[in-house]
Amino acid sequence: MVSFERFTLANGLKVLVHEDPTTPMAVVNILYDVGARDEHPDQTGFAHLFEHLMFGGSVNIPSYDEPLQRVGGENNAFTSNDITNYYITLPSVNLETAFWLESDRMLNLAFSEKSLEVQRNVVCEEFKQRYLNQPYGDVWLKLRPMAYKQHPYQWATIGKSLDHIENANINDVKAFFTRHYNPSNAIMVVGGDVKLDEVKRLSEKWFGNIPAGEKLPRLLPIEDDQAEERKETVQANVPLDAIYKVFHMPARTEAGYYAADLVSDILSRGNSSRLFRNLLKDKKLFSDINAYLTGSLDAGLFVVEGKPLPGVSMELAEAAIWEELDRISTELVPDAELTKVKNKMESTMVFSEMSLLDKAMNLAYFELLGDANELNSETQKYLDVSSEEIRSQAKHIFRKENSSTLYYLAN
Amino acid sequence: MIDRALAPAFGEVENIELIRAKPLVLANGLKIFSIEGGEQDLVRIEFIFSNIDYDPAKPLQTFATNTMLNDGTSELSSTEIADKIDYYGAFLQTEYANDHSTVTLFTLNKHLANTLPIVKAIVSDSIFPQVELDTLIRNQKQKLSVSLEKNDFLSRKTFSHVLFGDTLYGYDISAADYDNLSRDQLTTYFKSAYQPKNCTVIVSGKVKEDTITLIDKYFGKDWENSFDVKENEFHFEMGSGGEHYLEKADALQSAIRIGQVSINRTHADFPGLQVVNTILGGYFGSRLMANIREDKGFTYGIGSALVSLKNAGYFFIASEVGADVCTAALTEIEKEITILKEQPVTEGELALVRNYMLGSMLGSLENALSHADKFKNIYFSGLDYDYYKNYINTVRNIGPAEVQALANKYLNFNSFEKVIVGKK
Repeated sequence: MVSFERFTLANGLKVLVHEDPTTPMAVVNILYDVGARDEHPDQTGFAHLFEHLMFGGSVNIPSYDEPLQRVGGENNAFTSNDITNYYITLPSVNLETAFWLESDRMLNLAFSEKSLEVQRNVVCEEFKQRYLNQPYGDVWLKLRPMAYKQHPYQWATIGKSLDHIENANINDVKAFFTRHYNPSNAIMVVGGDVKLDEVKRLSEKWFGNIPAGEKLPRLLPIEDDQAEERKETVQANVPLDAIYKVFHMPARTEAGYYAADLVSDILSRGNSSRLFRNLLKDKKLFSDINAYLTGSLDAGLFVVEGKPLPGVSMELAEAAIWEELDRISTELVPDAELTKVKNKMESTMVFSEMSLLDKAMNLAYFELLGDANELNSETQKYLDVSSEEIRSQAKHIFRKENSSTLYYLAN
Repeated sequence: MIDRALAPAFGEVENIELIRAKPLVLANGLKIFSIEGGEQDLVRIEFIFSNIDYDPAKPLQTFATNTMLNDGTSELSSTEIADKIDYYGAFLQTEYANDHSTVTLFTLNKHLANTLPIVKAIVSDSIFPQVELDTLIRNQKQKLSVSLEKNDFLSRKTFSHVLFGDTLYGYDISAADYDNLSRDQLTTYFKSAYQPKNCTVIVSGKVKEDTITLIDKYFGKDWENSFDVKENEFHFEMGSGGEHYLEKADALQSAIRIGQVSINRTHADFPGLQVVNTILGGYFGSRLMANIREDKGFTYGIGSALVSLKNAGYFFIASEVGADVCTAALTEIEKEITILKEQPVTEGELALVRNYMLGSMLGSLENALSHADKFKNIYFSGLDYDYYKNYINTVRNIGPAEVQALANKYLNFNSFEKVIVGKK
């Protein structure tokens, strides 16, 4: 149970406060409701590049990191296809420094040309390090456009290609800021050794006079139902063949999400899971096999990926995967197996409450989904899923015409 | 109107309180330390075994024995072990590191009585079935072949070997080493290493009286000592330095890893040298990050670290940089080390690093589990809680002259081993 209080400033900034007196630290987490899905198809990677620029100095404060480190704080941020999330942890005695820094960069950035130039290079090196200079690193650059033909999930957060990042200019950066970095587009969670009244006072003081900005409607194309099986084969300098299958599945806020999540747990969570036990250990077809969800806010993907052992043909490997997917789509999951994945989910939720930062991030994310209170009913939603729902969700997801399959072959 | 250009007043971290571990020894000599705290009704129990009997002819036996503990006992198959652990929503992990092999149970307290007997079985009665060993060998070789395509992995592997040779810290693994594993090796190693007297149990979380009672019930009896154990001992000399270049013709980036053998936590200079390391490359605002990432844009990240092992310490700097700027990056690294040795750090920078390190220390004590991690650091170095008192004092009081002296004493770019994988 994660308790919290909530208030909204006149400019639309939502603030959630989670008091946790067991720690001497405070955390300030700000989620901006903007991600790679909000980018123009010709300027991909921009939300993430922008995240880097948020550390390049703001209108009144030339350096973001230095004053924070000076008061014993640490920070970081991440960008996904859906959101951009910034967080600070610091000794609670210095909470106000976090308000000062975060409010100034919400007010306005410095927009330094030097910062843009350097961060373009840094992000290009990140692109190389994570996507290009790694075996299988580019697989999501290939899978996304296979699965999505209309929706902007067709590109990865890092962007479609290096030149989209290299071509970003300062006017684009300013326009992006004006459009998305407003109080009305943000959720702030303050947690730890803090008091509600003090957080209210600091919020009014530092964020209260930031102009609200305009919350523009999000008009994203809806992905058509996939009507035909998609297959592609690529060859690359990798040591082992790999197979990737992705299926369209319900969005994070849709009812079927919980059943789909448990499907992935039954298939792939822990050493007792079906893919691990049947395909890796018993049939000895794979050296590595996993299933997971992208968990995105719009309709997401159910992913199965594996590396067949030498001598196992791709066709045989794929048929073995289908056999497991068909089984969970036709046979009811035994009670003990369902209880198992539910127990695991329950203990995972309890363990996640050990971390102040995790709690703050979760509150912000669930508030974005609609209501932070739902974080506390999350476990119950998993417990309520029946074996019939698991079967029908699996049956709906695991259809050939709903699948995209990539053979990633060793040269 | 508020003056947004003016930083709010700030305070220094005054008190850093550690939850002290409570010791207990069971009838068979098993040492237990408990660290109690937190609201969540769960515990983490770590069974930590010292690595022993290192033999370069059997370099993987310690690793494989640890990894295969889940894979079957005389009563339970790997399937049954996995089923039971997963059924109770618990997590059972094996972890192999340079000095210790660990089995960790994460569980809700309400399931402790059901999960502990499984842990007991695997640490006292593992049998290493041949079919499971075959699976391990097959899959590990595949994983290794993928890792060998990663420049970062190659740079770590080469660097460790250059520093530590064919000891457990440095052995240069190849696929053939997996083929040399045998059931006999693992069974023999298991009998010697997995004994109560070679084990330390660390319990953290909501530790209650019956938590300890249950541990005593399962681990205090029917688990006896039978052999003498000899913990690994290695001795290393400071190398003379050199370049180790693995060319990768089509590399977009080069992995750089450079450094040398250094002191470990038991040395009086260790806390001071950690301050030096932090200034140079130990945090986001460090000099290496400020220069090589934030000014030049050569890399996504660069950092340095001082690592404490039982038989050695070492210092390293690591980064992945654009292949075209690899040489320029190395030049800048050398420049930063020279500056650190030739010019005293300003009071302003030192004050910042001080506060950052104290804040970071405070932040690293998030829950009982992290307090337990702090205890492990000192316990396995043969130190007591005075170490942290001394560490905090050093961070608070070290001056520019001492920082400079330590940089000169311990950082010598010419005697660094310099591993580069990619292009230069």
